[in-house]
Amino acid sequence: MSDVTETPLPGVGVRMDFTTRGNERIGLIAHRTGHRDLLIYDREDPDQCGRVVRLEEDDVRTLADLLGVSHVAEELTHLQSIQGLAIDWVPVDGTSACAGRTLRDMGVNRSLGASVVAVIRGEETIQSPPEEFVLVDGDTAVAVGTNEGVRKLFDLLQAR
Amino acid sequence: MAVVIIVLGIAGLVLSALVRIARRTGISPIPFYLVAGLVVGTIGPFELSEGTIELGSNIGVVLLLFMLGLEYTSDEFGTGLKRGIPAGAMDLVLNFTPGLVIGLLLGWDPVAAILLGGITYISSSGIIAKLLADLDRLGNRETPTILSILVIEDLAMAVYLPLIAALLVGGTVLSTVGSLAIAVGAAVAALVIALRFGGAISRAIDDRSDEAVLLATGGLILAVAGFAEELGVSAAVGAFLVGVALSGEVAERARILLSPLRDLFAAIFFVFFGLGIDVASLPGVLAVAIVLAVITAVTKMATGWWAASRAGVGPQGRARTAATLVARGEFSIIIAGIGVAAGSESDLGPMAAAYVLILALAGPILARSYGWIVPIGTRLGGVRLTRGRSGDEPSEPVV
Repeated sequence: MSDVTETPLPGVGVRMDFTTRGNERIGLIAHRTGHRDLLIYDREDPDQCGRVVRLEEDDVRTLADLLGVSHVAEELTHLQSIQGLAIDWVPVDGTSACAGRTLRDMGVNRSLGASVVAVIRGEETIQSPPEEFVLVDGDTAVAVGTNEGVRKLFDLLQAR
Repeated sequence: MAVVIIVLGIAGLVLSALVRIARRTGISPIPFYLVAGLVVGTIGPFELSEGTIELGSNIGVVLLLFMLGLEYTSDEFGTGLKRGIPAGAMDLVLNFTPGLVIGLLLGWDPVAAILLGGITYISSSGIIAKLLADLDRLGNRETPTILSILVIEDLAMAVYLPLIAALLVGGTVLSTVGSLAIAVGAAVAALVIALRFGGAISRAIDDRSDEAVLLATGGLILAVAGFAEELGVSAAVGAFLVGVALSGEVAERARILLSPLRDLFAAIFFVFFGLGIDVASLPGVLAVAIVLAVITAVTKMATGWWAASRAGVGPQGRARTAATLVARGEFSIIIAGIGVAAGSESDLGPMAAAYVLILALAGPILARSYGWIVPIGTRLGGVRLTRGRSGDEPSEPVV
C-alpha cells in the first residue's frame, strides 16, 4: 500500500493524500460535516489542487464500490468499532506452528480473552469450532475478543 | 408596531438580495451589511427605538462570538498551539503593531490604540474559510498553514477580548488590575476546561432531542454571557469562551442548530454597526484607514509568505497564503463594537468600518489574483531562504 499522509485541517476536517505509482498525487478531505472532497493535484504546481470533486455520502459509497471495496468490509469496520471488541483474521499456512494441531493443543482457551468463533476453509465456514478442531494449511481462523486477547491469539496461531 | 414589522420585513428582503449579489461575485456579505447600515443610517427613512437596536445587535454579537469560539475543536487548539506558535507570534508582532502605533500617533488614548491594534491584527476566519472552499484550495499544501494561523488568532482572541473588556471598564489602577486578573483568569479557565474537560461538558449536554441540545446550549451561552457581563468582562466574551469550551459531538450539533440563528443575528449586528456610524465622520478617517489598510495588507502578506515558506510550501503556494490572509472582517468589527459600546475614542467606529470595508473587499480579490506576489516575495524573502533552508527552494537556481 502507498504511504498515506494525514494532515488535520482545523475547522474543516482531515486531509489524506498519497502519490500513485504513476507519480500523480491524489487525496481526500474528510469534512467534519460528513461529505468528502476528492483531490487531484496539479502536475505543474504540486502544492495546488488541479481538480476537486465533492462527494456526498452516497457518492462515497458508490465510488468505493466501483473501486472494489465491498459492503462486507464496511460492515466489518462497523463491527470492529464496537467499544472494546476486536476481530481479526488469522491465516494458517504450512509453516504455522498450529497447522495440523488442535485448538486445545495450541493453548486456545478462555483465559486468553479471545476465542476462535469460526474457521473459514475454502468455500465452507465452520461455526464455533470445538476445542479438538484441527487447523490445516489454508484455513483462516476468525478471532473475536478483547484487543489484547485477539493479539495474543494471533501471535499464538502465527508462531512458526 | 405594524410599521416596524413591515420595515424589518423589507430590510430582510433587501439584505437577502445583497447576500445573493455577494455570493455571485464571491465577496463576503459583511461589507454589504455595513454599507446597507450606513445608507439606512444616512437616509433615515424610519426610526427604530434605541432599545430594539441595542438588543438586536447584542444578541447578534453574543451568538456570533459563540459560533466563532465553536469554530475549532479542543484537539485543533492543542495541535494549533504546538505547531503554529512561531508563525502566530510573527503574525501578532507584524499586524498588531501598525494599528497600535497609528492609534497612538493619532493621539488616541492607549486603550483605543490597543483596540485598533486588535482590529488590524485579526484576519477574518469567516471570509478566509469561505474563500478556501470556493476557490477549491482546501486540499492545497499551504492550507494547513493558513488554518493554523487562524486557530492561533482565535486563541489569541480568547485572551485579548477579556483583556480589552477589562481595560475599557477602567477605573482606578487597583480595580483595573482586579478586572484584568478576572478577565485573564476566565480566559485561561475556559481554555483549560476546553482542553481537559471539554468532553465531559459535551456529554452532559448531549441528548437525542435537538430541542434539548438547542435549549441547553442557548441557556448555557446566555447564563455565562450574563455572568461575564456582571463581572465586567462583557457578555460577548463570555459567549466566546463557552464556544471555545464546548467540543465534540455537541459542538458539531450546536454548530448545525445555531448557524441559521447566527446568520440572522450576525446580519443584524453588522447592519446596526453600520447604522451607528455617522457618515459625516467617514471622510475624516478615510485617509488614515487607507494607509492602515495598505500597511497591514503588506504585513499580513509578509506573515503569510514567511509562514508558508517555513512549512516548505513552494513560491506559488506562499503567494496564495500571503494573499489569502489579508481579509479582515467580523472579528475586527466586533472589537470595534465592544470599544464603541464602552464609549471609547469616537473615531474608532468609523475607522474600523472604513478599514474593514477596504480589506474585506480587497482580500478576496487579492486571493484570486496572487501571481504578482511571487516575484516580489521571492526577491525579498529569497536571500534569507537560500541561506537558511535552501533545500525547500524548488527550481530556484542557487548561484
